[in-house]
Amino acid sequence: MIGYALTIAIGAFSLGLLLNLWRVATGPNISDRILALDTMVINAIALLILLGIALGSSIFFEVSMLFALVGFISTVSYCRFLLRGDIIE
Amino acid sequence: MLSRLLPHPVLSVVLAICWLLLVNTVAINSIVFAVLLGLFVPMLIRPYWPDMPRLSRPLVVIEYGLIVLYDIIKANTEVALIVLFKPSKSLQPAWICVPLDITSPEAITVLGMTITLTPGTVSCDLAADGHAILVHCLHAPDPAAVRDDIKARYERRLKEIFE
Amino acid sequence: MQYDLPLWADIAVSAFLLIAAFFGLVGSYGLIRLPDAMTRLHAPTKATTLGVGGVLIGSMIFVLATEGRFSAHELLISLFLFLTSPITALFIAKVHIHLHERPDTLPEPRDGAGWASYTADGPARGVRDLSPLPETEPDQNT
Repeated sequence: MIGYALTIAIGAFSLGLLLNLWRVATGPNISDRILALDTMVINAIALLILLGIALGSSIFFEVSMLFALVGFISTVSYCRFLLRGDIIE
Repeated sequence: MLSRLLPHPVLSVVLAICWLLLVNTVAINSIVFAVLLGLFVPMLIRPYWPDMPRLSRPLVVIEYGLIVLYDIIKANTEVALIVLFKPSKSLQPAWICVPLDITSPEAITVLGMTITLTPGTVSCDLAADGHAILVHCLHAPDPAAVRDDIKARYERRLKEIFE
Repeated sequence: MQYDLPLWADIAVSAFLLIAAFFGLVGSYGLIRLPDAMTRLHAPTKATTLGVGGVLIGSMIFVLATEGRFSAHELLISLFLFLTSPITALFIAKVHIHLHERPDTLPEPRDGAGWASYTADGPARGVRDLSPLPETEPDQNT
């Protein structure tokens, strides 16, 4: 049963990634695009953990932990660039 | 003497536990390194964070965490129903200004993070003098009720914890 | 693929994964469906909290049932996500306020202090004007 659940969950999060990509491509203004990119990072973290369960490997946990730690920095620096015109003052 | 050696006991314990979780094993060498981290990191950062708040009432901290967890799950289902079934025309988004009674920056930070983590509300900005917080609601037919809810559920407990 | 799990763990892991898949998908769908930029900001918080949270709880039960040890990395991942996702939400909201709102479209804070985005160090040194660039004359030589 867990095999079916894994398949459904991986499919759902992959579909989520595609929907986010649609928002990145069509987003009417720039905050929508940043938001969609940030959501892609979160969906990617979930996908990595699901792959870790599916393949029975604990390497994926390290990868997703690094993503969770540093994934927000790109979003913050892009926002900061828009707010200040500069990233490091 | 003890306060010089351990300026912030709670921070030391949190750092040690985080290190043990990170290495994911409980062996003697990782425990030793965790204790060293818990001893030295608070000493190193003490000059940069002079008036670190003292957490009083640990029971209220646990109660606060459980309440936030319950609210996250409840609000998640509500927002999922709104996203799936509510037509866009009957959606009533609202900006809400929540006046603050808490003054310490750490308490305001925790309040803002709680508001954002609860689906349906996002904390967007702080007043220039720090006495109000700007919240955006996904669906708020009655903005005053949301404001009173935030103040009664979260801010009152944070006031007990931090002051 | 075959997994040898006791029945209770099989059911529990599957339930948590399905809940997580539902909320993650609804979060991404909300990003498409909701009408304007500020309401769209509400969708990913859902994907973060219950979507990834459900996957992490399922993974913890799975490791506990198959290998018989307590896996703590999941707790750290959720801790990091809970710490960082409000920061990104705040910054995106500030970008939206900076670009698309005026002080008179927002409610007034008490004492008339104004919001920090507009006053304290608001439109600050070196801020770029984000209106579209003026049309430049096409270079005749190229």
